[in-house]
This record gives sequence, structure tokens and C-alpha cells, in this order.
Amino acid sequence: MTSRKKRILIVSFILIGISIAATLILTAFEENLMYFYSPTEIANGEAPKVRAFRIGGLVLTNSVKRNPNDLKVTFVLTDTVNEIKVIYDGILPDLFREGQGIVANGKMKSDNIFVADEVLAKHDENYMPPEVAKALEDAGALNPYQENKVAK
Amino acid sequence: MIAELGHFSLVLALAMAIIQSTFPIMGAAMGNLTYMSLARPAARLQFLFVSISFGILVYSFLINDFSISYVANNSNTLLPWIYRFSAVWGAHEGSLLLWILILSIWTIAVTYFSHRLPEYFLSRVIGVMGLVSIGFLLFMLFTSNPFERIFPIPLDGADLNPLLQDPGLIIHPPILYMGYVGFSVAFGFAIAALLGGNLDTTWARWSRPWTLLAWIFLTIGIALGSWWAYYELGWGGWWFWDPVENASFMPWLIGTALIHSLAATDKREIFKNWTILLAICAFALSLLGTFLVRSGVITSVHAFATDPTRGIFILALLAIFVGGSLVLYAFRAPSTKSGGKFKLLSRETFLLFNSILFLVAMLTVLLGTIYPLIIEALNLGKLSVGAPYFNAVFVPIMAPLIIFLGLGVLTKWKQDDFSLLLKQLRNLLIASLFIGISIGLIFFENNQLKSIAGIVAALWISTTSLYSLFVKIKNKKNKLAAMRIISRSFYGMLVAHIGFAVCIVGITITSQHSVDIHQRMKIGDVIEFSNYQFHLKDLKAVSGPNYEATEAIVDVIKNESLITTLRSQKRTYTVRNMPMTEAGIDAGFTRDIYMALGEPLDNESWSVRLYHKPFVRWIWLGAILMAIGGLLAVLDKRYRLRILKKKIITINNEAIP
Repeated sequence: MTSRKKRILIVSFILIGISIAATLILTAFEENLMYFYSPTEIANGEAPKVRAFRIGGLVLTNSVKRNPNDLKVTFVLTDTVNEIKVIYDGILPDLFREGQGIVANGKMKSDNIFVADEVLAKHDENYMPPEVAKALEDAGALNPYQENKVAK
Repeated sequence: MIAELGHFSLVLALAMAIIQSTFPIMGAAMGNLTYMSLARPAARLQFLFVSISFGILVYSFLINDFSISYVANNSNTLLPWIYRFSAVWGAHEGSLLLWILILSIWTIAVTYFSHRLPEYFLSRVIGVMGLVSIGFLLFMLFTSNPFERIFPIPLDGADLNPLLQDPGLIIHPPILYMGYVGFSVAFGFAIAALLGGNLDTTWARWSRPWTLLAWIFLTIGIALGSWWAYYELGWGGWWFWDPVENASFMPWLIGTALIHSLAATDKREIFKNWTILLAICAFALSLLGTFLVRSGVITSVHAFATDPTRGIFILALLAIFVGGSLVLYAFRAPSTKSGGKFKLLSRETFLLFNSILFLVAMLTVLLGTIYPLIIEALNLGKLSVGAPYFNAVFVPIMAPLIIFLGLGVLTKWKQDDFSLLLKQLRNLLIASLFIGISIGLIFFENNQLKSIAGIVAALWISTTSLYSLFVKIKNKKNKLAAMRIISRSFYGMLVAHIGFAVCIVGITITSQHSVDIHQRMKIGDVIEFSNYQFHLKDLKAVSGPNYEATEAIVDVIKNESLITTLRSQKRTYTVRNMPMTEAGIDAGFTRDIYMALGEPLDNESWSVRLYHKPFVRWIWLGAILMAIGGLLAVLDKRYRLRILKKKIITINNEAIP
């Protein structure tokens, strides 16, 4: 094999490899993008019906209800303008509390019920997930985190 | 007063860094020996001043000097002293100071252990590292002074983030930083070679032990982080594809490509430009990692310290270093002569393929990590990339890498005979497939295909590696003596590759066969799970120095005999009013039993998570083996020239009769 042929062979190997990799990557990437929607956007019908997405907001005070015999729990997420009911089966994170900002991954079940596969709360009591802060800001609510800071 | 001394000491360190970078680099360009001779003393003085500054910060933490804002925000009188010490790098300012301290440690290590380097080359290396130091010292002095005073002085501190109050987190950041920052040495060598235009292969040989050392630290650092996340976060997971994890994993991927490419450049004078690019890339990714972790641009459970203005500063630093080195590369690289020739079927080819695969793997991680940031910056919405993406792309990229690894270790440099190689490989492949499939069918009832694939991959790597040792000694009469002559680098490669195989086994089996349940439990309850019985014996209140906790005591029973008693705590750290879970883990060679308290429910019951995680320890065991392999390679005699010469003479003497 001449060195020219060899080089062509190596380069084509690499190119084929890279194009396979690129296809694989971009397909998987597209499938796993999780968009974020606030309760208001969901109320406006902007959120996908079938596909999984992320939702964020404040856990409404006195809205957390547990089943007595298993770990099913429901609570209401709000951006102070619109509300959405969330159903979750599992253990909530350490920092899940009423009044706290959280983010959940999952799908819509019906018009205003969201079934969460995963609930995330940040590991800092003053910390507001940026998505939630943005959603509250967009909804025109005063960011309680800022208020809290000023009061301190 | 003493805090101001710490600050002043940083200014002096900056002055030294400026001397350390300007004069030696100018001197090397002009051939001025006096200028060049400033490199060592300036670097050592910089180290002295940075250490003084760091020591003062440590001291301020130990004496609870809450007049310093950073101390007040990250410590508390109730905090045990060891955590007051590790709180020094518990947030942004202090971890930056640690970064700079470690950079100066690497720099003086270069000044002490590089007597063989020509003066002009050493001056450039030290000079380039000085430039990096200038960038970070400026960053620190302008945006993140750890010695800033606070007024009025608070009576007590706000406490260290409870997540960080853990033995694992005392050593994890320094070791990880040793790895990150260690790539600045490889970067220094690469840039020095570009500056001097002497892109022969000597720079590769000189920088190999340094790069390996950095890689070892990074390997251990990442493994420690994974282990910490496993037991401390209470979710039983060992890798989350979290942006901060990715930030340390990307330099590791390129670092791994770099140590292999350096070997090829050193031994065969090939891939010179590619190796230089990898060295620049590894350091750029370390900077990017610092940016991602420290700027607060990412939504992450790890982003402890957040401040966007700082992010812009680091981004500018990144642009200057990467842009500058690439421009320099563009001017110098085309003049490099390509070295040794090699045929398609040669070790070089497989090394090249693997290098590219590591690069592709890094790019996929990079895409998943920064795409959400770019979209957000362009105001196109908020999104995140889920862990399934990384899992879906990473495995197919690793598959050819594993195949090439086995081929590469058995193929000779320059060229090899295809039919001969096939003859050797056929048996190994059949053996790996046979054993792998048998193990998969006998031990696993579900997910058999994936388990078999992982085990076969691990067997393929181990058998080809061991066979390459066998090839070296099979024609020797005295096998033991032959094994003693083989270089430490070779054994290093062997151990590291087997470590990789062990890691694959751990990852495969843990991912495919871990089981968990979330359950409601009260005292006296017994749960049957994964052939074990879990008996919640007691729940009691416990108090620690700065927290109150509920402790669950659970007996684990199998076949009516007690296996272990697990204790898991749910702590509330009083100062920050922050809950934390301490998992109860029974670690074992082939399985972990893991329990974590969830939350208190009504009528005295708790939610509890139980996990059975087979082979999870193998993941970290593999990482340790990889690090040991790296260490063996660092200790190779060829890096010590005098001893090397002696060895060649003795080998020649042996060969003559």
C-alpha cells in the first residue's frame, strides 16, 4: 500500500467514525433535551402534551398531601399567578419544603396535573433555582429570596 | 491586621509572578543568562508569599476571626476544627487561593526536579506558568479577595455548607486541583516548545512524568468526588453527569489522550502537533472547569459559590490563554517535520484512533454541558440535557475505544503482520466471549446482553494486556529474570489498563443490576428486599457538635443470620437550618447494602430508601488501579537519565556474551 493510499484510508476511517458518532450524538441529544416551563406557560398551553419537560415554582403552603399507606404525595406548584398540581411517588429531597422553590422533571397527565419522575431542591436554604427565579420574575411576583435577603 | 498582611502578601506574590514571567521569557528570547536566572528565585519567592497568604487564611479560620467576611460566611464557632481547616477551600475565594497555591507548588516542583532541562527551556516553562499565575492573582485581587473585612463584625459565623462537612471533602478539592492545575505544567512545556520553535521530541519526554502525575491526581480526585457523592448525597448514585462532574471529567478525557499521545511522540517522533494541541486543550479544559464551577453559570447541586462578574473575568482569562496559545501554535506548528513513518496496521494507528475517540467523547460531554448555557445566553429559552443523553452516547464511543485498546497493546510499533496478529487475537477473543457469555448467563437473570457486553469488554482488555506481557517473556529462558528487566512503564500500562477493565465491570454490573425500593417504615417493621430482611430496630435522637439528628438502626438479616447493622442519620444543621442525610452503608467487595433515611411521615413512620448495589466498589477500585499504573510509569527509570545510561551499559554487557 502506498503512503498516499494509506493516508486516504486512515482519513476515511476517521471521517466515517466521526459521522457515525455525530449522528448518534445528535439523535440522543435531541431526544434528551428537557425544556423548562413555568406554571403560567403551562396554563397558556405552551408546554408539550406528550414529551417530558421540567417545571419549576414555589411549593404552595398547605398544599402537600401524602397518602397514608405509601409514599405517594401531591402538592401544588405556583409562580404566584398560575398553579399546577404535581403528583409524585417517592422520597422528596432533603430541602423540599412548603414555600420553597423546586424543580421537577416529568410529563403532563391532564390539563393541569403534572406527574413528576424526579423532584429537585437545591442544597441551600436561601437558594432559588435560577429557572424558578426567572419564572417568578416573569410572572411579576416579587422574588421572595430577594425580599428575604433585604429583611436580613 | 494579620488579614491585611495576607492580602499584602498576595500583592507581593503578584509582583514575583510578573518577574517570574517577563524576565525569563525575554531572557530566553535574547539569550540573556542573567534574566533567565531569575526564573527559579522568583518562582520560589512567589510560592513563599502565596503560602504566607494561605497560612494566614487558615489561621484566621482556626481562631474564628469573623471580622473577615469570608470566614464569617463559611465557618462557625461550633464547627469542629478539622472542618474549620477545610472550610478554607469551602467557597469561592479560598478555593481560588488554593488553586494559586497549588500552581505555585507545581512551579517550584519544576524548579527543583528539572536540573537536566536546558536553561532557556526551563525559563520559558517557568515563565509561562508565571503568566498563568498572574492571571489568577489579578482575578483574585480584583474580584475575590478572601481577606475582605466585614462590619459590623458578626457574633458568630454562618457555618460551612453542611454538604462539605465530611471527611471526603477535606481531601477531594486539593487532590482534584492538583490534577487540574497540574496540566499547567504540560501546558508550560508545550508553550515553551512552541516559543523556542524546537518542536523536536525532547519536550515530550520531559513533560511526560509531569503530565502523568497531574493525570494521577485528577483520576484520584474524580474517584473521590464520585465516592463522596455516593455516600453523602444519599441517592445511591455514583455519577450524575452534573456539570461540575463533567468539568473535571473533560480534562481527564483529554489528559488520558495526552499521556498516550506523548508516549507516541516520545518514542516514535510522531503526532508532534497533535500532542501540543492536546496539551493546550487539557489546560484550556481545566480553565473551563474552573469557569464552570466558579462562575455560577450552571444550574448545579455543586455550585456553591456564584457570582457572574467573576465568570466574565475567568472567561476573559480563558480567551487570552487559549487564543494566545492557538495563535502561537498556528505560527509555529506548520514548520514541524513529521517524524517516523508507520503502516496502517501499527500501534501508532490505534493510538491515533483512541486519541480521536477521547476527543469525540470530550466533545459530546462538552456539548451536553454548555449547550444549555449557550441557549440561555442567547435568550432562546431554558433547557437542560438529561443524564440519558450522556449514557446513550458515551457507551457507543467507548466500544470501539475498548476494541482498539486490545488491538493496540498487542500491535508492534511501525508495522505488524495482520495474519500473525489475527492468530494471537483469535484465541483471546474466543476466550473473552466464552467466559463473558457464561458469566452473564449463569449469574444474571435480566439485562443479560448489556452485562455480557461489559464483562466481555473487561476480559478483552485484561487478556490482551496480560498476553502482551506473555509475548515479551515467552522466548526467554528465565521468565522471572525477563520480567524483572521489563520497564516500569510497561507494568504501569498493564495495571492501568486492567484498572480500566475493573472499572468497566463495576460500572456495568452496578448500572444493570442495582435494585432499590422506597418504603415507609416504623419501628419494628421488617422489609424483604433483594434476598435480605431489613428490620428497623430503633429510631433515636442524636446530637453532634453543630447538628441534631435522628438515627435509624436497621438490622440486615439473610438466611436468619445477622449480616450487619446499618445506621443512617437525618441531620439538621442548626446554624443554616439545613437537613442532611448520612447514609448507612455496608461495603463489600461484590456488593454494597445501602440505606438512607428519607423524611419523617405521620404516625412515627419514616420514608426509607434501600439499595442493593453489586460491584459498586469496583468502580473506585478501578480508578485506584489506574492511578497506581500511572505512578509506576512516573517511576520509570528512563526519566532519570543517569540511571538510564547505566542500565543501557549493563544491558549491553549482558547482551555481549
